[in-house]
Amino acid sequence: MVTLTINGSEHKVEAEPDMPLLWAIRDLVGLTGTKFGCGMAQCGACTVLLDGAPVRSCQTFIGDVGNAKVTTIEGLSGKVAETVQTVWADLDVPQCGYCQSGQIISATDLLTNNPRPTDDDIDAAMTGNLCRCATYHRIRAGIHEAAKRLEA
Amino acid sequence: MIPKLMQSLVLPVANAKASRRQFMLGALAAGGGVAVGYHILASSTAAASETAADGNKAVAFTPYLTIDNTGKVMVLSSQFEMGQGSYNGLATLVAEELDADWSSIDVQGVAGNVKAYGNVAFGGAIQGTGGSTSMVTSWERYRKAGAAARAMLVAAAASEWGVQPAEITVENGVLAHPSGKTAGFGAFAAKAAAMPLPVDVKLKQPADWKLIGNAKLKRFDSTRKTNGTEQYTIDVNLPGMLTAVMIHPPMFGAKVKSFDAAAARSVKGVVDVVETPRGIAVVGEHMWAAIKGREAVKVVWDDTDAEKRSTPELMAMYKDLAGKAPVAIARKDGDVDAGFAAAAKVIEATFEFPYLAHSAMEPLNAVARRNEDGTLEIWGGHQFPDVYQMLAGQIVGITPDKVQLHVMKTGGSFGRRAVFDGDVVVESVYVAKAIGFRAPVKVQWTREDDMRAGRYRPSYVHTLKAGIDGDGKLVAWSDHIVGQSIMAKTAFDGMIQNGVDPTSVEGANNLPYAIPNQTVGLTSTDVGVPVLWWRSVGSTHTAFAAETFIDEIAEAAGRDPIEYRLSMLDPQSRHAVVLKLAAEKAEWTKPLPKGRFRGVSVAESFGSVVAQIAEVSTDDSGGIKVERVVAAVDCGLAVNPDQVRAQVEGGIGFGLGAILGEEITLTSGKVDQGNFDVYTPLRIDAMPVVEVHILASANPPSGIGEPGVPPIGPAVANAVYKALGKRIRTMPLAKSFNA
Ligand code: FES
Ligand code: FES
Repeated sequence: MVTLTINGSEHKVEAEPDMPLLWAIRDLVGLTGTKFGCGMAQCGACTVLLDGAPVRSCQTFIGDVGNAKVTTIEGLSGKVAETVQTVWADLDVPQCGYCQSGQIISATDLLTNNPRPTDDDIDAAMTGNLCRCATYHRIRAGIHEAAKRLEA
Repeated sequence: MIPKLMQSLVLPVANAKASRRQFMLGALAAGGGVAVGYHILASSTAAASETAADGNKAVAFTPYLTIDNTGKVMVLSSQFEMGQGSYNGLATLVAEELDADWSSIDVQGVAGNVKAYGNVAFGGAIQGTGGSTSMVTSWERYRKAGAAARAMLVAAAASEWGVQPAEITVENGVLAHPSGKTAGFGAFAAKAAAMPLPVDVKLKQPADWKLIGNAKLKRFDSTRKTNGTEQYTIDVNLPGMLTAVMIHPPMFGAKVKSFDAAAARSVKGVVDVVETPRGIAVVGEHMWAAIKGREAVKVVWDDTDAEKRSTPELMAMYKDLAGKAPVAIARKDGDVDAGFAAAAKVIEATFEFPYLAHSAMEPLNAVARRNEDGTLEIWGGHQFPDVYQMLAGQIVGITPDKVQLHVMKTGGSFGRRAVFDGDVVVESVYVAKAIGFRAPVKVQWTREDDMRAGRYRPSYVHTLKAGIDGDGKLVAWSDHIVGQSIMAKTAFDGMIQNGVDPTSVEGANNLPYAIPNQTVGLTSTDVGVPVLWWRSVGSTHTAFAAETFIDEIAEAAGRDPIEYRLSMLDPQSRHAVVLKLAAEKAEWTKPLPKGRFRGVSVAESFGSVVAQIAEVSTDDSGGIKVERVVAAVDCGLAVNPDQVRAQVEGGIGFGLGAILGEEITLTSGKVDQGNFDVYTPLRIDAMPVVEVHILASANPPSGIGEPGVPPIGPAVANAVYKALGKRIRTMPLAKSFNA
């Protein structure tokens, strides 16, 4: 039995400590916004925040989470995140949308730490998030637009 | 093996008109509101049409949209949504004619009535999403359904208010009369169902369109894709559902000889380990249990019939074949031998293309459940629904109509979910059956399964030869294509005429250039690697070979690549027009800063023509980066211009990833790549700035999901040649430097 704090609520999950957080979130807690893409920290679809810092939940094991607070796309909040989400819809960034929970969490983290990122900053911060629909052009535009709105 | 029944589904495209005649608008009361769609007549004869017009309802009714008593409009989409925006396109057609409130629109995928949802572009007798045909098949039908629904709402309001229908206006989901009376659609949805069908449905004139062609219209489904609420197949969670992972044969064509699941069964959470015709399934309470259980299963394979060759061996065979005479001829104009004999200069080149994986972000999956009444339900990305109903029904021993498909949205597809053998869909049924239908089962592939279990863009070799005369004029051209046929041994093999699979040669046998003598030959190979259409299909390789070779010829002739192409095109042709537009927008004739180089290409696919100009830069170590791409697009009328733009942006990223680094290789029959560490789709740092210019057009919409892909490879390769002086003929690109 492992206790996880996800989006502010405690969940007791019946699982071995080597279970990736991804599958605990999806299959045991039932939050499906966090996606499976590769299982080996190569695509970023499973990105969640652990005490506010982005991690790949497919390579984070529930036995190692301890008391850290997990935030998934469903629990993402605050001015930066909400601005990113609004801009994403305004610019129609998503195509299939499957990678976008991870993209939005990574983008939110970038803008939280770097309110005025350059294209190079964006490339460096977002390169771990694959988008097979290649919505990258709009992801870049979305991050710049969110930065602008947050500054205003 | 293809079931007999399935073959009967596939009619030649020539029958499209006949099947269209079977459609007759209809409406029914449904759930407190109205459903508008089509009656499908038992026969396509005019006599039958008249019978139905007389009110004979003994024909199937299939809804295309519903309006409930809250005014919510649900579009029922025959087209599957994988990110390409087909749902949004269909919603636009319906909402336009309905004058609906855009925010009241939603879309649901439907399947299960071949006749009603048949794809017109495929002959009307099979429901399917592919070939960038969603708008082609929906353009008339969905607009008419929307217009009919609007007329019935107006009739209902007129009768209730005691006014003339003509006096009622509809805007943004509100019915209004000059007397001051107003109402939403919900107020009249039920009454509308009782109104007579409009006799003559009038569609709006283009000048009156508010949504079609509106570049500011936002996708109806973006918000749900930003907050984690969009539901994909992987998110299906039924009461008591189990999750299975597969152990597929390590080589294509290998079979299970024996397996030992004792250790796997003792893994916590593993429920069962079963054999299916497609491999061993490890069934768990959840995905992680199934994955851990799988690691503990020992399988002995019988590889007697397996494909055991390696990539170098296959490539050597392909190149050898490419040097011989082709087995089939896909195009023959003039006398090519005489053309070469008379030419002042002859150029030859050989191109090599690897297998490519679709690698959609959502690995393949499906969920199957058997109900007490014997029916079967399957949740999945049903890109070929009729086929899946039939295959699933055969496994269970029920008729296709007893198989209910839930059409889920999927995280991409790029063609991968349109398969003849139903792969993951039938797996879910096999596994559910193997455990005695005691629980619903989700079969979920891991990334490695998705990459190694086959269905690739076939590997090809092209040999091209061109002859120019003393003035540099292109007088002879031959292209010999060697590679596997996608359609052979499938339900579509009737499409293969005179040994030519159209998907192997499209883009090569319809070159737009005026070349007096040309042949396009094909040699289809027999290799045990499963292949499939991959976003833009034949044009993924044909456009590359042709458009880089044209550049080479232009250089040999001492001509500018755009001017040379234009000299072989009718100035009014769509190719010439998009080329000129791209040249203008990219300022083709303006010198570039030092270290920047341009390349151009133009290609037609799925009824649309796209020209692209790529700008690349080099760094000191000889690395190249694609900085900017200017695209000019003629896709007929752009229903959703911003989505046309999005598809071209995405198509460029998709195609660029392939030429820069994607490759599936085999070693002794085993696929070498398993995950994104070694199979490398484009990442954001390699994404160029993209500019898309859409040609204004009054022609009906043509494809857009795929046509953005073909030109990017050759445009970049032509720019790289300018930068580094090296012709790019072996994919992925880096291989050309080592060759
Ligand atoms: S699923 Fe975790 S990074 Fe891909
Ligand atoms: S939007 Fe489809 S994978 Fe990113």
